[in-house]
Amino acid sequence: MLRRDTLKYLTSVSILLFTGLLKPVTALARWNKAAFNAVDFNNAISAYFPDQQIQKTEHITIGVHPVVENGAVVPVKINTDLPNPESITIFVDKNPNPLIANFDLFPGCIGFISTRIKVQEPSNIVAVVKADGEVFSKSTFIEVHEGGCG
Amino acid sequence: MASTIRLKTKTRDSITTVRAILRHPMETGFRVDSETDELVDAHFINQVSVKHNNSLILSCDWSRAVSRNPYLSFKFKGANIGDRLELTWIDNKNNSDSIETLIE
Repeated sequence: MLRRDTLKYLTSVSILLFTGLLKPVTALARWNKAAFNAVDFNNAISAYFPDQQIQKTEHITIGVHPVVENGAVVPVKINTDLPNPESITIFVDKNPNPLIANFDLFPGCIGFISTRIKVQEPSNIVAVVKADGEVFSKSTFIEVHEGGCG
Repeated sequence: MASTIRLKTKTRDSITTVRAILRHPMETGFRVDSETDELVDAHFINQVSVKHNNSLILSCDWSRAVSRNPYLSFKFKGANIGDRLELTWIDNKNNSDSIETLIE
């Protein structure tokens, strides 16, 4: 009886340990290394959205100041009224790695993200939205006086 | 230790706005330490997830080009006042932090 309890206990502990250890590993596995490490804008886009046609749209707005003094902190707000938004992805075409951030939106989310990013030099800020299985993009150019990647 | 996360919510007209600030250096790996003249290792949050009552509502993959002490805001429908909201981050060195708040 005692041995059975001990075994049970050990099993549950090892399951806990196992799932605990597995968590960061599976989390990292999802991070798209090829796309994040890409140094060319077109390569970054095609690594992140393989075999997908990206359509230009006016249904995305990028809220960003057109002239930025300090590229280390550039507030960016993305809004979209496309139905059923699934993800919002931000690229900066001239950054050393153009893929900046991806946000997966789960059902219930509004098409909106606000964050702050680093921009190295005058660049196009590109927002890509996946909605109803289709991929859309919008871009806007900003001037940067002092680069923010150092 | 104090949490590295400040998480706030506000619900108006059935839309909950979430705002978070995460305390993190977000080192790109390009910066030279002025005292040692050596490059500082890349050290940045690469994943953030937010759960509403234990189900995922937002999942983020980040590069090192998200600004230092990252700011994140998003909005969603379907929450009730008092629901649980949990935010977790993980960085490229496998450090992590998590916080839970009740929706206001």
